[in-house]
Amino acid sequence: MLFDQIRWEEKNLIAAAKRKQIDLIPIDARKVHIDVTSGKDRKKFGDIVLQRCISYFRGLHLTAALESMDIPVVNSYAVTAVCGNKLLTTLALVEADVPTPKTILAFTPETVLEALEELKYKAVLKPVTGSWGRLIVPLRDKEIAQAILEDREFMHPLYQVYYVQEIVKRPPRDIRATVIGDEVVAAIYRISTTGELITNIARGGRAEACKVTKELEEISLKAAEAVGGGVLGVDLMESPKGLVVHEVNHTIEFFGTVTTTHVDIPGLILEYCLKQAKK
Amino acid sequence: MKVSCPECAAEFEVPDDVVVGEILSCPDCGLDVEVSEISCGKVVLKSAEVEGEDWGE
Repeated sequence: MLFDQIRWEEKNLIAAAKRKQIDLIPIDARKVHIDVTSGKDRKKFGDIVLQRCISYFRGLHLTAALESMDIPVVNSYAVTAVCGNKLLTTLALVEADVPTPKTILAFTPETVLEALEELKYKAVLKPVTGSWGRLIVPLRDKEIAQAILEDREFMHPLYQVYYVQEIVKRPPRDIRATVIGDEVVAAIYRISTTGELITNIARGGRAEACKVTKELEEISLKAAEAVGGGVLGVDLMESPKGLVVHEVNHTIEFFGTVTTTHVDIPGLILEYCLKQAKK
Repeated sequence: MKVSCPECAAEFEVPDDVVVGEILSCPDCGLDVEVSEISCGKVVLKSAEVEGEDWGE
């Protein structure tokens, strides 16, 4: 297991491995160096790697290097690249006919303002990479939008890839469905404690158990398959027209889900890895 | 096991199942510290990394 910080999740993966007598070796990604031209470092990494880096770019590049040495990684580089980029995720969901909120891509403040007119200023601006609701901001009028966009123009060029999404009319909560392989193993509601858009548990959202209905199961599995499958957290909203998927996460945090549903997600992840290693 | 906060020197208990890479918070000053080494029953701490722009799930 590659990590760069031991969160509740990694600690419970280590405990589950002990329980199941699985030989899990935690490796700190910050202490790793790999010769990517010779393959001589292959033996350092065992039969399969569970990628748990909290840093997206660290995990992405490390996964690419490991796969180049034919080491299977959960999740794969392809899945990580798609899930780590909101635009690529949206494109994959649209391609697979998974319902997703209307989304507009633009590259200048002027064209973002045009997009906002089209969305009648019921829109949210999201960075294409980033997590935990960081830098996600509703743009409800032109003045605020102009101020935010002016700021973004001084930031890293990645923040000038403008991903503008309609605000979906929904209860003050969303749904996190945990998919492992071809099964939805648990789902929770993530409830905003501030009445704002952000529901992430890492940002103070509250978790409640959510029944895995047929509709939720079907759409979650379809979304997971659309991005390439693996161990995934599918985020959905309850729109007036039914469930819509707005995000699929590839290095899932599961504290909220486990403490709410009591499903042994760390154990299920490890069993999935063992199955993949035997393939 | 007891450790000493590198910021304020307060002594606090760490859990028995503590592992390298785990983040602990000093109960006195609130500093987040990372377990960098455990050897011979001794836990070595360092300041935790600051949240990066690409951190998350």
